[in-house]
Amino acid sequence: MLRYIANRLLSAVITIWFIATATFFIMHAVPGDPFSQEKAVSEDIRKNLEARYGLDKPLIQQYGIFLGNMVQGDFGISYVQENREVNDIIREHFPVSATLGVVSLLIAVFAAVLLGAMAAVFRDRWQDNVVLIAVVAAISVPSFVIAALAQLAIVKINSTLGWQLLPVAGWGRVSHIWVPALVLGLGTLAYLTRLMRSSMLEVMSADFSLTAKSKGLTTWQVFYRHQLRNALLPVVTELGPTIAAITTGGFVVELVFAIPGMGRYFVEAVQHLDYTVIMGTTVFYGAFLVLMVLVVDILYGWIDPRIRLAKGGLL
Amino acid sequence: MLVVFSFVLCAAFVNAENSVDAERGRVVSYLSTEPPNLDSAKSTDIISNTVLSHVMEGLLQADANGRPVAGMAERWELRNDGASFWLRKDAKWSDGKPVTAHDFVYAWKKAVNPETASPYAFILYPIKNAEQINQGNMPLDTMGVRAVSDRELQVVFENRCPYFLSLVKSMTYFPQRQDVVERYGRAYAADADKMVYNGRFTISKWVHSARLTLSKNDLYWNASGVRLKEIDYAYITSDLSANFNLFKNGSVAHTLLDNNAMEDAIAKGYALGQFATGSIYFLEFNFAEGHVTQNKHYRKALQALLDPALLVNKVIGRPGTRAAYSIFPSYLNAAKSTFAQELPPKPVQYGLSQARELFEKAKQELADEPWSELLILTSDSAHAKKQAQYYQYLIEQGLGINVRINSLSFKQYIQEMRAGKFDIALAGWGPDFDDPITYGDLFASWNPNNRGKYVNPKYDAAVRVAQNSLDSAARFTAFKTIQDIITEDVPIIPTYERFDLYVEHPSLKGVTRLPSGADPDLRHAWIEE
Repeated sequence: MLRYIANRLLSAVITIWFIATATFFIMHAVPGDPFSQEKAVSEDIRKNLEARYGLDKPLIQQYGIFLGNMVQGDFGISYVQENREVNDIIREHFPVSATLGVVSLLIAVFAAVLLGAMAAVFRDRWQDNVVLIAVVAAISVPSFVIAALAQLAIVKINSTLGWQLLPVAGWGRVSHIWVPALVLGLGTLAYLTRLMRSSMLEVMSADFSLTAKSKGLTTWQVFYRHQLRNALLPVVTELGPTIAAITTGGFVVELVFAIPGMGRYFVEAVQHLDYTVIMGTTVFYGAFLVLMVLVVDILYGWIDPRIRLAKGGLL
Repeated sequence: MLVVFSFVLCAAFVNAENSVDAERGRVVSYLSTEPPNLDSAKSTDIISNTVLSHVMEGLLQADANGRPVAGMAERWELRNDGASFWLRKDAKWSDGKPVTAHDFVYAWKKAVNPETASPYAFILYPIKNAEQINQGNMPLDTMGVRAVSDRELQVVFENRCPYFLSLVKSMTYFPQRQDVVERYGRAYAADADKMVYNGRFTISKWVHSARLTLSKNDLYWNASGVRLKEIDYAYITSDLSANFNLFKNGSVAHTLLDNNAMEDAIAKGYALGQFATGSIYFLEFNFAEGHVTQNKHYRKALQALLDPALLVNKVIGRPGTRAAYSIFPSYLNAAKSTFAQELPPKPVQYGLSQARELFEKAKQELADEPWSELLILTSDSAHAKKQAQYYQYLIEQGLGINVRINSLSFKQYIQEMRAGKFDIALAGWGPDFDDPITYGDLFASWNPNNRGKYVNPKYDAAVRVAQNSLDSAARFTAFKTIQDIITEDVPIIPTYERFDLYVEHPSLKGVTRLPSGADPDLRHAWIEE
């Protein structure tokens, strides 16, 4: 097990290095730079700015400096917010995205397991159809539409009630979390519901279900003790990348609900070609993704002992 | 009384969250982005400007009409060769220390210092040697600004500068405290407690990207004249429909409207307000070698073809947007009344037949040149693309030119403009300070914003007069010359002036919305009970 984890850690480091390198060169290949703005700066000022950020050096040397700093965990200073360190930006805004993401994920997973299992149990009946239609709708409607509709709904509800049931936007109180979390997790919820349904169907027709039934267990006991746990496995596999994606923030949800999360920095940095923030957030996101996949794989082994035996397939 | 008042408010706004609280003197507002940089020597954007203008004050400040009036300085003198300012005795920083002339000298030198690399250093260039220092050719201590005493500041000009009083109220001219800047180093102004304030308000709370709260500064020299106690920017988002939802919910006291929100606001019976943003838009021609747009008849043909009034009515379709016929927006003031009334632009003969006639002349002059192809460069925003497609249609149908549109993400678009890869670029300009020269010098041969590389000695000469003459009549003659050159020689085709629409809580009064400086400006605002 230890060797397995050590191997996985090594490949994780290589993956992160690769992400960082690819992002670095692609980013510099994009036309324009952080200093190209609507109002032109004079060539002299531009030279001063380039010198300050080391952009006057050859690209490969810049890469060397970046890599050296990255190893020490230093991503430098933002180009847009000139007095903030990228590390501070991640430190302040990742917890916000993470809080929202965790709540969102909990809602999504619980609802998905419940709905997916229900759809499978009631296969081809109206319960199944309702769930499937909802799933297709949730997957196909883009999140900015759902976010805008949800927000409009809050305004309507508040004005109908005559008091503030839920805040329209903002961050800082517990009540600020629920609606954005639901909107953020809706896609995941739908996707996991579908996954759970098909996996449950498979499990229901498996031999051990029949065995369990023939032992005289009630339907509920079969469902709870045997089918549910087995049907959960594919859902758990998906959790790694999902956790990483959802907790590093959703740009649209953060923008619409005015939430100070990392997703906005992630997207806006690209729009502004804020090199240091692009690198910082991308590497952080990459590392977090790799870590989550690793954690889930270990967790998976714990849920399903068959995985631990198969030491061959590592990554 | 309170009960009655709350009842009235409830009736007006069914579920009023307290975006306007008369009792506490509190207004809730929003910022469209996190202020990128509150170090006044380096700030360039409107959001930082808005926050800074509430918490800092220059030698002079803008009154409710945007005109320069006494600020930190109680008295001043503008001369041909320079200016003197006498600071008021009760000018204090928020930590109780007096604001001195040294604080201005420090801040101005910091902005001009090449190591600071301030993008707005150019705004200090009227001061002696500032440009040379900024380019690294002269030492910092040769800059023409000096603290004669703690309370007297003396400025020496490079050339005469008739609009210097408008400049000193802008943010790059705000003072900074050397000891505070040095204490925090690079992190100066990164957080609420990492700076000191000398304006009407202080930043009492700043959660990055979430909330920024301003509280009244009791040490401000005219604190009794400040009627709001708190401005709470409780939401930070650029999503206009979210902001309008917040307004409908009673969570913010005002918001800008996009076209969708405008229709909703009209349906709900809100009173709409409108103001000139100062932004002017135009088609910029490329004058570099090998571009067909070098030909004057070709440009004039396009000018005759593209009537700005049609663009505004048919394509932009937004109430308040005005067709532009000059580089100087209509809101600008001339000697007595507005610019547009006193210095009307020369009329242009619009129409297809005029355009074709001019185009025939151009074709003859261009004989072997590829006059049949034209490249329009634009950013990829929806409204810019729509305009480009409109021009494309008109030019293809009207003159038989094959038009290609290159619409790029903002950074790439700027890059292509810098590289001169266009025949026509859709461009715009917002004012840096409130003097017509901020528009007028745009197409001077030395201006880095002159991306079409237009060179015209007559234009340059007029700009020099407008920059350096203290005689107001001579300046306006120069502006008229600039305007006429633009109509007759067509370095650009002005298209429209942008106005923004907004809704505002009926109890909030005295909010100023001006083309340059803070917007919305709540420095003079109050809440009506």
